[in-house]
Amino acid sequence: MAKRVGMEVSLAIGEAAKLADVDVVAAYPITPQTHIVEHLAELVANGELKSAYIPVESEHSAMSACLGSAAVGARTFTATAGQGLELMHEVLYVAASMQLPMVMAVANRALSAPLSVWGDHSDVMAVRDTGWIQIFTENGQEVFDTVLCAFRIAEDPKVLLPVMVHLDGFHLSHMIEPILISEEDEVKRFLPPFKYPLALDPKKPVTMGAFAPPVIYSEARKAQEVHLAGTKEAIVKCWDEFASIFGRRYLPVETYRAEGAKTLLMTMGSFSETAMETIDKMRADGKDIGLVRLRLWRPFPTTELRQAVKDAETLVVFDRAISLGSQAGPVCSEVRSALYNLEKKPRVASVIGGLGGRDVTVAGFEEIINIGIKMAKKESQQEIEIFGVRE
Amino acid sequence: MAVKSESELGWKDIETGCIVTEAGSAAQYPTGGWRSQKPEYDNSKCNKCGLCYIYCPDCSITQQPDGFYKVDMFYCKGCGICAKECPRDVITMVPEAG
Repeated sequence: MAKRVGMEVSLAIGEAAKLADVDVVAAYPITPQTHIVEHLAELVANGELKSAYIPVESEHSAMSACLGSAAVGARTFTATAGQGLELMHEVLYVAASMQLPMVMAVANRALSAPLSVWGDHSDVMAVRDTGWIQIFTENGQEVFDTVLCAFRIAEDPKVLLPVMVHLDGFHLSHMIEPILISEEDEVKRFLPPFKYPLALDPKKPVTMGAFAPPVIYSEARKAQEVHLAGTKEAIVKCWDEFASIFGRRYLPVETYRAEGAKTLLMTMGSFSETAMETIDKMRADGKDIGLVRLRLWRPFPTTELRQAVKDAETLVVFDRAISLGSQAGPVCSEVRSALYNLEKKPRVASVIGGLGGRDVTVAGFEEIINIGIKMAKKESQQEIEIFGVRE
Repeated sequence: MAVKSESELGWKDIETGCIVTEAGSAAQYPTGGWRSQKPEYDNSKCNKCGLCYIYCPDCSITQQPDGFYKVDMFYCKGCGICAKECPRDVITMVPEAG
């Protein structure tokens, strides 16, 4: 039986990596991810985790070391946040396009300047096109579960891709929550040993990361795009199998009291839990309202999203990141694009908030919904709103 | 299976992770096509010291059974390093025809 333990979410991530019996951890500490790698360093130092721990000199090196360890078929874990994810940026593409499976927890953080160590989704959105599978989480249990699932997904022979597990910096990373820590034998049953079919082998030499002139680059990218889009099936299958062993079920797009609702709010990450309370309150007040929560960010679950919002008149998309110079929040842009060619679709409003660690309360989400409804009216010219900004 | 050339490969032919499964495939790449000048040897001045062979960055120069050196024009990019380094002015860079 799994043990229910009160634990900081960052430490639970370390425990998940330990249960996954990772071979290599290469990471550089950065707020608000630090407790994750500190805990892993402790587990390695006191012999609880038999893993190579590479204390690198930067995030660029962390991700580069991870490329190498994944290429020899070692189960590889790292974690970062904010500026650290940005410093990794160019190497992230390499991990995905060379199909090197690994798992990275990202304690989502705002980007400078002004310097902020607090949470938002700026770092996620800057790496959305890198080719990684990316999953949002809402609470400590989900983070723990998703790290285990991420290894299983990454290492699935039909997938073989790196996976990012997004958790909100501080709002999740530094919370102490009751978390069911799975038993080792359950995890072993769910997550068999990693057998990377392409592992570097002197007896079978290959070239990884070769040069591609214009005559072949487009073909390589198309192959990558088709492959990434096709991994959704394996992701859903992994979550189904996780549910059959552990009893907790995850879906690419999840809803809350959304069936037949005229107005829908859409959220990602831990703020979804606050938004659920808002929905309860507004439902109790007689409002026709529901919530759509995006869990799978890459590959983007277009079909599931369309299905979830098809009957709504208004969809208010809440982004915790700003796409400077654009006309909507980054998630909202994609949602609009996914719906645009449909005959019947909700009007979509983009509300941005929760930037740089700013909290959004239950009352705040009610305000956001009301602002969004006003913006979505046909006569409204307003495309975007940054919530709660003082004049 | 016959190896397809790059221009014949479709996206479905791309290996997992875009790896190249054939070892040493760079040997098939004709870098000689980059050349605008080519090295010409006047072996009457050559004492077979081998500096051209040592300095060639592409390993395009090999020693022949008679001891003189010959350039493999399939790989030679015409960089001119051999001509610059030769202490006896054996090698002259001349423009490629056409």
